[in-house]
Amino acid sequence: MSTATHPTAHFDLQPTDGPGKEQLLELSMGPQHPSTHGVFRMKVVLDGERVVRLKPVFGYLHRNHEKIAESETYLGSMPYTDRLDYMCSITNNWAYALAVEKLAGIQVPERAEYLRVITGELTRLQNHACLIGFLMQDMGSSGTPLMYAFREREKILDLFESLTGARMMCNYMRFGGCRVDLPAGWLDQAKKVVADFPRFLDEYEQLLVSNEILMDRTQDVGVLSRELAVSAGISGPMARASGVDYDIRKVDRYSIYDRFTFRVPLGSHGDVYDRFMVRLLEMRESVSILEQAMRDIPSGPIVDPKMKIRGFRPKPGEAYGRIEAPKGELGFYLVSDGSPNPYRYRVRPPSLINLTVLEDLCVGRNVADIVAILGSIDIVLGEVDR
Amino acid sequence: MDEKLKNELSKQGIFTTTLQNLYNWGRTNSIWPLNFGLACCAIEMIATTMARYDMARFGAEVFRPSPRQADLMIVAGTVTKKMAPLVVRLYNQMPEPKYVISMGACAISGGPFKQGYNVLKGIDRFIPVDIYIPGCPPRPEALLDAFMELQKKIDEQTLTGEKRPRHLNAGEPSEFVVPRYGAHDLEPTKNPNLWKAPLVQISQAGTDESGSH
Repeated sequence: MSTATHPTAHFDLQPTDGPGKEQLLELSMGPQHPSTHGVFRMKVVLDGERVVRLKPVFGYLHRNHEKIAESETYLGSMPYTDRLDYMCSITNNWAYALAVEKLAGIQVPERAEYLRVITGELTRLQNHACLIGFLMQDMGSSGTPLMYAFREREKILDLFESLTGARMMCNYMRFGGCRVDLPAGWLDQAKKVVADFPRFLDEYEQLLVSNEILMDRTQDVGVLSRELAVSAGISGPMARASGVDYDIRKVDRYSIYDRFTFRVPLGSHGDVYDRFMVRLLEMRESVSILEQAMRDIPSGPIVDPKMKIRGFRPKPGEAYGRIEAPKGELGFYLVSDGSPNPYRYRVRPPSLINLTVLEDLCVGRNVADIVAILGSIDIVLGEVDR
Repeated sequence: MDEKLKNELSKQGIFTTTLQNLYNWGRTNSIWPLNFGLACCAIEMIATTMARYDMARFGAEVFRPSPRQADLMIVAGTVTKKMAPLVVRLYNQMPEPKYVISMGACAISGGPFKQGYNVLKGIDRFIPVDIYIPGCPPRPEALLDAFMELQKKIDEQTLTGEKRPRHLNAGEPSEFVVPRYGAHDLEPTKNPNLWKAPLVQISQAGTDESGSH
């Protein structure tokens, strides 16, 4: 194994004369590109406007998350998980807390489970709203949908800030519960935000769902077949848009998701439009989960009183905890050797694994479609590169 | 110009100014940032341009995707060693006068990821930084504050004399060395003309009695 820091050489394709005398052109999109959602680079080989090959180049945001975690204590990695998928820090915390709780056999009090569901679903709302905004921005609808999304996001971030003290990097979960209880009046304010949210969804739907330009740009673009979605390990809204009925909230019934009634929206075409629609519909279901959770939340402790944070050393063993993060199956795999630090710490990032089919979706399409397809996958580079 | 005369003229509908003031007035109120996000801070940068914080109030909502049209680079996020040469190259491609805001702990010093093997310990090792904003990530208000500081800084600059912008000094480079990917690290690991390791001063007199206390 080489220790060089050279980026991996992928392929060097010079413009050549093929059998049909056509000229191929290699185009490098990124890492500084307005629509690559961060520092992501694609090497695209074009035949005219048509994509012949596409190779992603990762690693421009590789921040050594997993290696740093091996030298941190278990709790010390919690703030780092915030910075994985920086749009939804709370669900990252949740997946990591779940893995550690599995590893050490910690129980979570009921109120803490409700707090997790409430904050987690709020995170899903703001992630999906912003993702749709970014997707529209990428396709050229400059401003309006993204501004609407950020208007709603600010309301949710205000809730997070008054609860956790930070807008984005919440660092809210603890092993066996949550860090702080709800401040006075928080629940009423949250109920108001959630009650207002469907109005925003109506507005969004009116603006976008039957918009002719949007339909032209997205329908039958980047079609992901059901078979490929299953065999490539695609998860989350992207798999569900291809008709794969796989939602870990329903499959695993982790936490207290078996107590809520909600539906799982499924797409039938697997194109960009379906991915957009699935997210739009998922937000409605999240609103319904939130309403139920905020109605039923019991009082009680928010963290397991027997859990001790200092000198936390789980018994040797391994555990894999996973949740349905807004982007897909987010899992943490931990190996403990009985020391205060994990022996191995591995993240299963939904963004990265969903990104692996990018070439399959793009080949044969136009250059302009790459941007829409990439936007619909919903990647965050903090999670892709870690 | 005499202040009294200026007032008198303005009463009669005659506006007087200096080229200096006019030039700085234009520059401070139309800073176009480069549309360039690296990591988490970029989301807060986007939030700053949105309706609630509204960076357009400062004339800076025009994010340009091309460095050739940008005046300001907001280094928003962790600069990895793989990304550093590209950041420097983008900076070199920007036209003068150009400014840099180093947004967030990572861009200042590597932040929480400083111990990582692939993380650059501060972008000021390769390009000159005008404003630093601490925070992980800084709030949008902090970015706005940095922006106002930058406006002050630009407003104080003159076309000639001591306070002229950096690029007008003879001998100041307009382009900075772009590091290459070396066998183990970036080559060079820093720009020695720009960044020097902070040295701890040890007085000669103190060395003799260091063991006794």
